[in-house]
Amino acid sequence: MRFSYYPGCSLQATALEYDLSTRAVLQRLGVELIEIPDWNCCGASSAHSLNETLALALPARILALAQKEEVDLIAPCAACFNRLKTTEKVLREDPARGGKIERVVGFKYVGGFEVRPPLDLIGNLIGLERLHNMVQRPLSGLRLVAYYGCLLVRPPEVVQFEDPENPQLLNRLLQALGAEPLEWSYATDCCGGSLALTRGDLAKTLVTKLVSKAQEAGAQAMVTACPLCQVNLEMRQEEMPMLYFTELIGLALGIDENWWGKHLIDPRPLLRTLDLSD
Amino acid sequence: MELRERALKVDSPFLEMVNQRSRQLIQLCYHCHKCTAGCPVAFAMDYGPDRVLRMIQFGWKEQVLNSSDIWICASCETCGTRCPNEIDIARVMDALRQIAVEEGLPTKERNVPLFHNLFLSIVKRLGRMHEASLMGLYFPLSRDLFSDLSIIPKGVKMILKGKIPLLPHRIKGSDEVEKIFERSG
Repeated sequence: MRFSYYPGCSLQATALEYDLSTRAVLQRLGVELIEIPDWNCCGASSAHSLNETLALALPARILALAQKEEVDLIAPCAACFNRLKTTEKVLREDPARGGKIERVVGFKYVGGFEVRPPLDLIGNLIGLERLHNMVQRPLSGLRLVAYYGCLLVRPPEVVQFEDPENPQLLNRLLQALGAEPLEWSYATDCCGGSLALTRGDLAKTLVTKLVSKAQEAGAQAMVTACPLCQVNLEMRQEEMPMLYFTELIGLALGIDENWWGKHLIDPRPLLRTLDLSD
Repeated sequence: MELRERALKVDSPFLEMVNQRSRQLIQLCYHCHKCTAGCPVAFAMDYGPDRVLRMIQFGWKEQVLNSSDIWICASCETCGTRCPNEIDIARVMDALRQIAVEEGLPTKERNVPLFHNLFLSIVKRLGRMHEASLMGLYFPLSRDLFSDLSIIPKGVKMILKGKIPLLPHRIKGSDEVEKIFERSG
């Protein structure tokens, strides 16, 4: 299987462990990734707050580059994924606005490829059964809550991924790895990541609530697929490790994981108590 | 259907302006409060999303554009996902921010638009984000150096772990990206 890959800015900085683990895991699963050349920032929340044309044109340049590869595009960052899907919808369904964006960027959208988060690629295209069969070290005894955040599931008509109120794929994936995903009601509640620097007080309030609810559920760690959630959740508290789902896949598949040391809250003491780390 | 038609007749130039820019029909809102009930940051807002929609229906332009609400909105999209009238309220908030900035209105939450402007100025120059530059500009310009001391040790830890690269990387096509900015107005 061949896919193009758009890491986005976070995965080259605050989310290094997400990039390392995604690449390692996909390689093990037989996926060839082609990083799209000379990619740019998608503009994230800042562009859509200030300038709608720019908020569509920046991701459109990325789609223009990906289009040349003629394979589906993997976008691990939930914010990039969301912006790419938003732009794709305009280019596909709204000729007037889409045409304007094409003129701004200087390309013609022909499509023929899908933008996917790695959770979709692994959970749906590769499949959980195949993943389960490749597990070498089951994550037995590891009690986790799956935390989606906002951008992977909302708005549902744009991202067209999972149920926006009660997504289940991440839970089923953790189960396939032998871990114990717990029920809780906060999987898609906002962590305030977009206000992390500007209104740290609000981000702190939201993070504190999420972590206390995860603790109430009995979780030893939270599992996420969004680099903006992950960094916000690690910055604003000390107790609860915040893991990318790809790191846990890597651990279960017996890949020589080199990413734990990148965390602000080191998950290795927890993993050692369960004999999952040296 | 009669109620819908009557609601659609609400007349205000500000409502028209926001409808057009957000591509929503704000007059459809019948104030069930579902948006505000689910909004994670409504507790910190002046009004909350449902009252913002009502004020737009009334044409209260100044109050809406001066409210903290439009900048505190975290764009989490919970409101629009749950709205029984399918109003994408996060798009309405985007439209309100854009109008507020274009009209140069003062805001209680000046640091939020400041952050977005600095973020985009870096992307315009480099083609990508560079977190160290963003923080180096944001902290002094926001005059918010000391309200949030708790994150400083963590920031240092991230630099040491290579998660905040100190040297910026400019993409080869940065001139293309700059043109995209210029053509986007």
